[in-house]
Amino acid sequence: MPQELNYLKETPSQTAGPYVHIGLAPGAAGFDIYKSELGWDIAGPNARGERIRIEGVVIDGTGSPVKDVLIEAWQANADGIYAHPEHPGEVEDGFRGWGRVITDFETGEWGFDTVKPGPVAGRSGTKMAPHINLWIVARGINIGLNTRLYFNDEVEANAADPVINLVEWEKRRKTLIAQRIDRDGQTVYRFDVCLQGENETVFFDI
Amino acid sequence: MVKPGEFYQRDREWQPPAYVQHYKTSVARSPKQALISLQNSMSEITGPVFGHDDVDPIDNDLLSNYAKPDESPIGERIVLHGRVLDENGRPLPNTLVEMWQANAGGRYRHKKDTYLAPIDPNFGGCGRTITDENGYYYFRTVKPGAYPWRNWVNNWRPAHIHMSIFGTAFAQRLITQCYFEGDPLIHQCPIVKTIPDPDAIERLIAPLDLNATIPLDTIVYKFDIVLRGRRSTLFENRLEGN
Ligand SMILES: [Fe+3]
Repeated sequence: MPQELNYLKETPSQTAGPYVHIGLAPGAAGFDIYKSELGWDIAGPNARGERIRIEGVVIDGTGSPVKDVLIEAWQANADGIYAHPEHPGEVEDGFRGWGRVITDFETGEWGFDTVKPGPVAGRSGTKMAPHINLWIVARGINIGLNTRLYFNDEVEANAADPVINLVEWEKRRKTLIAQRIDRDGQTVYRFDVCLQGENETVFFDI
Repeated sequence: MVKPGEFYQRDREWQPPAYVQHYKTSVARSPKQALISLQNSMSEITGPVFGHDDVDPIDNDLLSNYAKPDESPIGERIVLHGRVLDENGRPLPNTLVEMWQANAGGRYRHKKDTYLAPIDPNFGGCGRTITDENGYYYFRTVKPGAYPWRNWVNNWRPAHIHMSIFGTAFAQRLITQCYFEGDPLIHQCPIVKTIPDPDAIERLIAPLDLNATIPLDTIVYKFDIVLRGRRSTLFENRLEGN
């Protein structure tokens, strides 16, 4: 017998279930319990950069919107800095870069307001195009799904992005790219996620 | 200062797959294409930072966080406690742990839950806390009841508490469920059985912790949570440029 490796094993994941709102967004479940819910303000009042809104819907394998999804977003600020002690650099006071949204129970639509992130340093001296990391959980999803949202008005940066370029099939790369809409002077990006089917979104094992 | 590097890859044979035939909701909600494997960048090794200011001290006490003054919820009084560790066995201090659960009758306080067991006027059903410097957390609550759900006609969820944990990196983000030792429903449950490895299922069953019980007051269960561990930079792998 060789020596033992005594690593622990990661706790197994279980679905968030249909009532995830009770724990993570109790206001939406229909009651008021905490002094403040976490994740409603991603960028804070002092963030530099362009104020944007992201909207979308998560679609299942039958083509129907999923109405009990919870999505978390994680992003850098406009300078490409994450609000984390391991990322060199400073972020604006009040910028957390993390948000949490749920879908509308009737329509499955979700949306959040933030600032557009800047390009972020990638591995080995590369530069990653501006992107928002998303984590999606719901009833029927056994382990959270990771994807990235990129921006369609960053053509050059996207073309050079080391992660987009890992996706061998060009046809699938477009599933990672949000589409800009100008709505009454507000910048909105549309990002629909498909769990299955012809336009299945690219999900990552991070 | 030695900065730790990438996270150990997730063991996808230990974690539940996306598609599990007998958990019917997963059928139309499971991606069919292979996941694209990413080596960690800053986007994965960073994650949101929470502090004690984000939560109130009462948030981890479900016996009182929704109860009327001098009242408390019906049910078996329990404490659920444990530590959040990584795969290297190191405790994770200052990390956010959130939980939610049904009341002692198996009913959720949620406008979408229509199970005929009654709502408990003194029970909200959610809590949150930040681990201390040793990675330790606890919640005071009542033991949740089993409840029926629509999958096969006669499926019952074992008593469980939903747990959401952050760690220090977006790559560690995890939601799971804690079950209770001795419950005969655990091994019948199609959601539990999404986990292929019987040893992995055991990791979700909290044992009765008789040494920690508060005599004449509260029964205690212990539930340790393990998040992904990471390499040290002993072997340089150029996570970042320059
Ligand atoms: Fe549940």
